[in-house]
Amino acid sequence: MTDLPPTGRFTPGTFSPAPGAGAPLRMLRTHARTEAVLTMRNGEQVLLTLLIPLALLVGLANVTVIDLPEPRVDSLVPRVFALAVMSTAFTGQAIALGFDRRYGVVKRLAATALPRWLLVAGRVLGCLAVVALQLVVLGIAAALLGWSPSAVGLVWTVVLGVLGTLSFGAIGVLLGGALKAEVVLALANVIWLVLLLAGGVVLTADTLPTGMADVVRLLPSAALTEGFTDALVHGTAPALSTVAPLLAWGGIAGLVATKTTKLT
Amino acid sequence: MNTPAVEVSDLVKSYGSTTAVDGVGFRMAPGSVLALLGPNGAGKTTTVEICEGFLRSDSGAVRVLGLDPAADGSKLRPRIGVMPQGGGAYPGVRAGEMLRLVAACAANPLDPAWLIDVLGLSGCARTPYKRLSGGQQQRLSLACALVGRPELLFLDEPTAGMDPQARRLVWELVSALRADGASVLLTTHLMEEAEALADHVVIIDGGRVVAEGSPAQLTEEHPDAQALRFRARSGMDTGLLVAALPEGCLVSEPSPGGYLVTGTVDPQVVSTVTAWCAQQGVLAEELRVGRRSLEDVFLDLTGRELRS
Ligand SMILES: Nc1ncnc2c1ncn2[C@@H]1O[C@H](COP(=O)(O)OP(=O)(O)OP(=O)(O)O)[C@@H](O)[C@H]1O
Ligand SMILES: [Mg+2]
Repeated sequence: MTDLPPTGRFTPGTFSPAPGAGAPLRMLRTHARTEAVLTMRNGEQVLLTLLIPLALLVGLANVTVIDLPEPRVDSLVPRVFALAVMSTAFTGQAIALGFDRRYGVVKRLAATALPRWLLVAGRVLGCLAVVALQLVVLGIAAALLGWSPSAVGLVWTVVLGVLGTLSFGAIGVLLGGALKAEVVLALANVIWLVLLLAGGVVLTADTLPTGMADVVRLLPSAALTEGFTDALVHGTAPALSTVAPLLAWGGIAGLVATKTTKLT
Repeated sequence: MNTPAVEVSDLVKSYGSTTAVDGVGFRMAPGSVLALLGPNGAGKTTTVEICEGFLRSDSGAVRVLGLDPAADGSKLRPRIGVMPQGGGAYPGVRAGEMLRLVAACAANPLDPAWLIDVLGLSGCARTPYKRLSGGQQQRLSLACALVGRPELLFLDEPTAGMDPQARRLVWELVSALRADGASVLLTTHLMEEAEALADHVVIIDGGRVVAEGSPAQLTEEHPDAQALRFRARSGMDTGLLVAALPEGCLVSEPSPGGYLVTGTVDPQVVSTVTAWCAQQGVLAEELRVGRRSLEDVFLDLTGRELRS
C-alpha cells in the first residue's frame, strides 16, 4: 500500500462533528439511482427483466406455439408487460433484498440517517425506474413488430405499470425481507415460473377451464395481464376485476411485510 | 452538558440458551475513546449492536448521547457513525458509489473523493465491492462510518484484516477524531491497539466486565506482578520449570517459541529459568524482565486457553 497519506496530515478540525440527516429528496434520489443502476449492471437481473421478456415477445410473435388472435403481437404485449413488471418488482426485488440483508447492506443503510420509509421508498423508486426502462424497450421492440397502441391505452398502461410495480413490489419485499437468502432465491424463481405458466400470463385466464380460471383471475399476475389487455387491446380503462386483486395483494403483503421484514 | 456518550448498565442479552451479554455496564465520557476488549464470543458485537439500536436487550439500561437507542433510533442515527464487523455493501456496488450513497444521507458530509483518497482507495474507487480485498473492504466500511461527521462512532474491530500501514492510518484517524471532539467506541483483540488509543479500556469475557480502567490503571493494578519473557525452541514441556519456580509463578507460551513467566520475578526466578533452559540444552534468547503489559492482564483475566 503505497498511496496512504504521510502521517500527521489531518488538519485540526477536519473531523469536527457536524452530524445531521441529509435532505430527504437527495437521499431518495441517490438511493433509488443506486438500486436501479445495480439492477441494470447485474447480468442475471438483465436476463430476467429484459432478455427473457424480449425473447418471449419476438419468439411468440413469429412462432405459433400457442394460439393467439391476429395480430399476434397485439395480444402478446400485455402479457410481456405483465411479465416484465413481475420479474423486476417481485422476483428481482425479492432476491436482491434477500441477499442485501445477507450482506449487511440493509443494516448498513439503516445505520445512516436514512429513515425507514425511505429505505423502502428508495427501492420501490429504483424498481419503477427499471420497469419504465423495460416497458420502453419492450414497447419499441413491439412497435417494430407492428404493434400500434392507442393513446388512451398508453395512459392506462402507465397507471397499471405503477400499480403493478407497487403491488408486486410489496409481495417481493414480503418474501425477500423475511426468509434466508437461498430460500428467497429458490422461492422467487419457482413462483415466477408458476405464475408465468399457470398464473394467467402465457395462457390468459379466459383460455383456462372455468373453475381454474376463477381462481387464476384472483392472482396478481392474471389481474395485471388482463388490466394491460383492457388498456392496450380494447383501449379502455382496466376493469375493476383487474385492479381490485392488485390493490388487495399489494395492501395485504405491504401490511404483513411491515411486521416481518428483518434487517439481517 | 456532560451527558456520557454511552452509558450502559446491567445489560443482558440471550440468544436461546446462550447468554451473550450477562450484566455488562460501563460509562463512556464524551470526547473520549473507549475500547471494548475481549476474546472471540465475549459479547462485544452484541453489546455494540444494542448501543446502535439494532438489537434489543433482554434487560438493563442503555443511553447513547442521552437517548434510548431502541426507542429514539431515528433521532440517534443521524448523530452516530457505524462500522459493523464485516459486510455492509452491495456486492456489485463500486467503492465510490457506496460512499457517495452513505454521504448523501448526511447533512454535512466530508468530501467522499477526499476520504477515498485518504483511505488509499483511489486505485479501486471504481472496483465492485466483491472484488475488493478484505482490508480494502474494511477501509471502505470505515469511510462509511466517518463520512457523515458523526459525534459518536462505533467501530467494531476496525483494524481486523488490515496491513500494518492501514492499521497505523486507522490509529491516526481515531486520534484525529478524538482531538476534534468526537467520541469513539471501538472493539479490538489487539492489546497494543487498546493501549495506544483508548482513554478507557473495558475488558469483557463471557458476557461480563472482568476489568476496566485506563490502560495505565489496568497494568499497574498489581505493581509487584512482573513478567519475564524469552524466546527458545517452541513446544517445550514446561512442567519441570513450573515445579522449580516459587508458588504463584505461571509459565505459558503465548506464541510459538515465545515464553512468558508471570508472578513475582526476582533474581532467583531468573536464575531458575536460565538453569532450566541449560538443562534443556537451549539458549534463552531475548530474555527480559518487565512490567506486565495490557496483554498479560488480558490473558490473566480471560485465560490462556483457546476456548470454543
Ligand atoms: N445471532 C446469534 N444467534 C445466536 N447466538 C449468537 C448470535 N450472535 C452472537 N451469538 C453468540 O453470542 C455470543 C457473543 O457473540 P458476539 O458476536 O457478541 O461476540 P464478540 O465478542 O463480538 O466476538 P468476536 O470477537 O468473535 O467478534 C457468542 O457466544 C455467540 O456465539
Ligand atoms: Mg464481534
